[in-house]
Amino acid sequence: MDEKFDAIVVGAGPSGNAAAYTMAKAGLKVLQIERGEYPGSKNVQGAILYSDALEKIIPDFRDDAPLERHLIEQRMWVLDDKSYVGTHYRSDDFNKPPYNRYTIIRAQFDKWFSKKVQDAGALLICETTVKDLIMDGDRVIGVQTDREGGAVYADVVILADGVNSLLAKKAGFHAEIDPKNVALAVKEIHFMPQETIEARFNVSGDEGVVIEMVGKITQGMMGTGFLYTNKESLTIGVGCMLSDFKQQKVSPYALLEQMKEHPSIKPLLAGGEMKEYTAHLIPEGGYNAIPQISGDGWMIVGDSGMFVNAVHREGSNLAMTTGRIAAETVIELKAMGAELTAKSLALYRDRLDDTFVMKDLKKYRRMPSVFHANPQFFTSYPELANQAAHTMLTVDGVDKKTKEREIRKSFVGKRSLFGLLGDAFKMWRAFE
Amino acid sequence: MHIVVCIKQVPDSAQIRVHPVTNTIMRQGVPAIVNPYDLYSLEEALRLKDQFGGRVTVLSMGPPQADAALRKAISFGADEAILVTDRAFAGSDTLATSFALASAIRQIQKDMPVDMVFAGKQTIDGDTAQVGPGIAKRLNMQLLTYVSKVDSLNLEEGKIVVQRRAEGGVQVLQTALPCLITMLEGTNEMRFATMHNMFRAARYPLRIWDKDAAGIEDIAKIGLKGSPTIVSKVFAPTPKSVKAEIIDTESNQPKDLATTLLAKLFTKHPKLRHEIGKQAL
Amino acid sequence: MSEAPAQDAAAKKPAGRKKFELDPRLEVYKGVWVFIEHERGHVHPVSWELLGEGRKLADKLGVELAGVVMGAPGIGTRHFCEEAFGYGADLCYLIEDPVLANYRNEPFTKGLTDLVNQYQPEILLLGATTQGRDLAGSVATTLQTGLTADCTELNIDMENRSLAATRPTFGGSLLCTIVTLNYRPQMATVRPRVMAMPERDQTRTGRIVAHHLGMVESSIITKVLEYIPDNMQNKPQLAFADIIVSGGRGLKKPENFHLIWDLAKVLGAEVGATRPVVQAGWVDLERQVGQSGKTVRPKLYIAAGISGAIQHRVGMEDSDVIIAINNDPNAPIFDFATYGIVGNAMTILPALTEAFRQQLATAKLAG
Repeated sequence: MDEKFDAIVVGAGPSGNAAAYTMAKAGLKVLQIERGEYPGSKNVQGAILYSDALEKIIPDFRDDAPLERHLIEQRMWVLDDKSYVGTHYRSDDFNKPPYNRYTIIRAQFDKWFSKKVQDAGALLICETTVKDLIMDGDRVIGVQTDREGGAVYADVVILADGVNSLLAKKAGFHAEIDPKNVALAVKEIHFMPQETIEARFNVSGDEGVVIEMVGKITQGMMGTGFLYTNKESLTIGVGCMLSDFKQQKVSPYALLEQMKEHPSIKPLLAGGEMKEYTAHLIPEGGYNAIPQISGDGWMIVGDSGMFVNAVHREGSNLAMTTGRIAAETVIELKAMGAELTAKSLALYRDRLDDTFVMKDLKKYRRMPSVFHANPQFFTSYPELANQAAHTMLTVDGVDKKTKEREIRKSFVGKRSLFGLLGDAFKMWRAFE
Repeated sequence: MHIVVCIKQVPDSAQIRVHPVTNTIMRQGVPAIVNPYDLYSLEEALRLKDQFGGRVTVLSMGPPQADAALRKAISFGADEAILVTDRAFAGSDTLATSFALASAIRQIQKDMPVDMVFAGKQTIDGDTAQVGPGIAKRLNMQLLTYVSKVDSLNLEEGKIVVQRRAEGGVQVLQTALPCLITMLEGTNEMRFATMHNMFRAARYPLRIWDKDAAGIEDIAKIGLKGSPTIVSKVFAPTPKSVKAEIIDTESNQPKDLATTLLAKLFTKHPKLRHEIGKQAL
Repeated sequence: MSEAPAQDAAAKKPAGRKKFELDPRLEVYKGVWVFIEHERGHVHPVSWELLGEGRKLADKLGVELAGVVMGAPGIGTRHFCEEAFGYGADLCYLIEDPVLANYRNEPFTKGLTDLVNQYQPEILLLGATTQGRDLAGSVATTLQTGLTADCTELNIDMENRSLAATRPTFGGSLLCTIVTLNYRPQMATVRPRVMAMPERDQTRTGRIVAHHLGMVESSIITKVLEYIPDNMQNKPQLAFADIIVSGGRGLKKPENFHLIWDLAKVLGAEVGATRPVVQAGWVDLERQVGQSGKTVRPKLYIAAGISGAIQHRVGMEDSDVIIAINNDPNAPIFDFATYGIVGNAMTILPALTEAFRQQLATAKLAG
């Protein structure tokens, strides 16, 4: 192929689509290469759509994007074996359009987004894998695909090929992924009639609920569980650090099965029919795991750049934002007639540092190491919290002061005063 | 040489599920694919083009989204693609479909004479295998179905020799062009598309024909009106009410389970004692 | 080629609405016909199965059942008619002509359509074999009538004396019933082994109605140059096997499939497989059992590592005895199998093989 493009985007997930769309809309000649059969076929996500990120790319996405339910309630549960302690936040403000978060089904959403990308003028080729970057010295000048005649050239190559970006590894842009920096998440979609979902979760129409879970469901491993309401189905899943799975020799599937049996969770799934089961890796190394994200003729966006905020379960909005900003950088440089070198493309990182993307990731940079070294946050504390609640809420003739003393003793007994103080400090540092 | 290949876009039946509550087909989210049987016929046509030169035109009757199937065919190397789509075709059974496709092929012939038509053996959503024979009859072409191999093709003399699968063997048939061929599955492997053709496919200006462009005048022959067969009802198969007797032993060791099973089997079905080992080696 | 009478579009009403009225011109079509397919001197058993089914339809309608035999003179076509009578036909239409020596689309289509136009059956059944499907499509298009393929059930709707043909749809997940209301003949094809083989009454006789083909070899464009018979030794004979051992994806690896072969060897059984396993290349296409493979009705069917999804189920659920081995207690196969073992096929299969081997050894000693 002698054809040359302004930009080649590798991958048609949220970050790749955001980048390709933005550039194509600005009139650049864009080629997008996706290895799956169709955009979305290889993508897995919870899935929550964050309006803010998408609005900045396609302001009127609500007109025709396939959206499931808009979230009006968030529940956060800390689970023990048979119970949970939680907080809920539900607000009618979330019920006022334009809505802030939606549940989506990735297969349909990606299809829609990809159509937008193509309508904007980008050329999309699927079922094609980019095997290598074509280099001229240190400069990336194109990509080599697995098809005959499959070399294509461009001024910049944007890698949006996900958490397992072999390409980024191959090109040496970042090292082999450390199992400590990546989570393995599994999820199932359960079919459920609309009326059942509405009655069970106290919603109506297109309203939705999200439940984030932490605690004994991950059997001491660092991770979280989640449950989302879609129009006619529920998504339930759990994810833990890959290194933990390996160490504990627990199968993610078994973990999910057990979680589904939890007495507080099982009734929510009753009457549903499992329709789909998927698993995926989520980069969770955070700020400290972010590799170099641009160089001579190349940029990295989305999961392949480790842009995931595991604390708040935000990944797709970071993906879309990094994709957009990378694209805007390219557009700006091209308008100035500048060459896309490591120096000029460093503007991308500068831009990113100014956004919530880097700011949030920086804030939580200590999270992974704190939690990893402190499993008590996933075992002892959930137990203690639940027991405390149980003690306080059981009316059994014991006076409240005695109950409080009992609770205090249990905490100190489990963690020691020193440990408690230390934990508090760690938490503060992690969130700071 | 000019070959027309008829293809159909179908839902990937392997992924179709029945809605557990409403008992209807869940079509949403099921990816559409090129009918797998059509690919063998398309590949054979492309091989003949590799050998003899000429043109391969792909034709499909379907809804607007069937353009994806035609683009797939272009990506493999087809030269031209025509989508015949019209609301009037809704409800067509195989008789009405072969009528429409035959009409379209006659139109194509006006532009460049057609030497052969290739079609898929059957579709995975209809399974009837009737459209190919129907087109051949209407266009007065010799019909060769279940072809496992094209032995030889002589364009000057207009002769072709093929191997055709019969029940207990293979027929070697010779016939004259024009003819319609349906290929048996597994007879070839579709080539891996070149980057050049992938680009072509993405950019190809698809030719879209409505019923008029397809040369159809008698609308009583298409759509629901032109379909002798009608689906009177669709229903879920009634599950057999008798569940299996699960063999359970205290130990649950394979050996014990096997012994227990055999004991039950031969007690309840004594005749089976004689059946087993009748042809044992 | 003559065409069927043009139908009156106005008279066509969707089934089940008002009382349907058959176009009066079509009322003259009476009788149930079965195309008797033969190759190399043998009638394909599906033709007998269809006669069995056809007999029931004919009896319900109170009409005659006829077989249609076409072939070269003196190769036993008369004998085929005799056999057909034994399986329930009242009469046989017979066309003998040298050009019919081997199956070819053109002369067979002409012969069958000529017969239909002359003798006007209301129902015409063919086996869904390579020959049957090749012929059925051409005949239906020539006659401009309706054809329903791969039916699993045939019934008569007595309210309007029409054929209700049921077949799987959407990959086998659902069934649909199709009717050909205002066209005649109502055509249907049925796969081998879907209908039961009827009993043969050797004392039964019938009458033969001979018909002249009226074609000459020189006018027939397609020629049969050669016939290469299959090497029968290696060819799987699943359709008529009495015992089949089948393997599915639950076996995990192609290397494990030998456990199926081992058990089959001891039992003297044929080996079958599910579609995913065939597509993965573990076994030959010929061994595929299911909606897009073969339909089988053995006396004993052992399914190992097979979930029992509908696509496979429809191909074997009429087996006399089904033994299912699957790790998943919720596998659908346990809903319709006769016996089930919940366990790892990789350990159960060898245990079964050994148990059957011992059973045979003791039987041999005893007998």
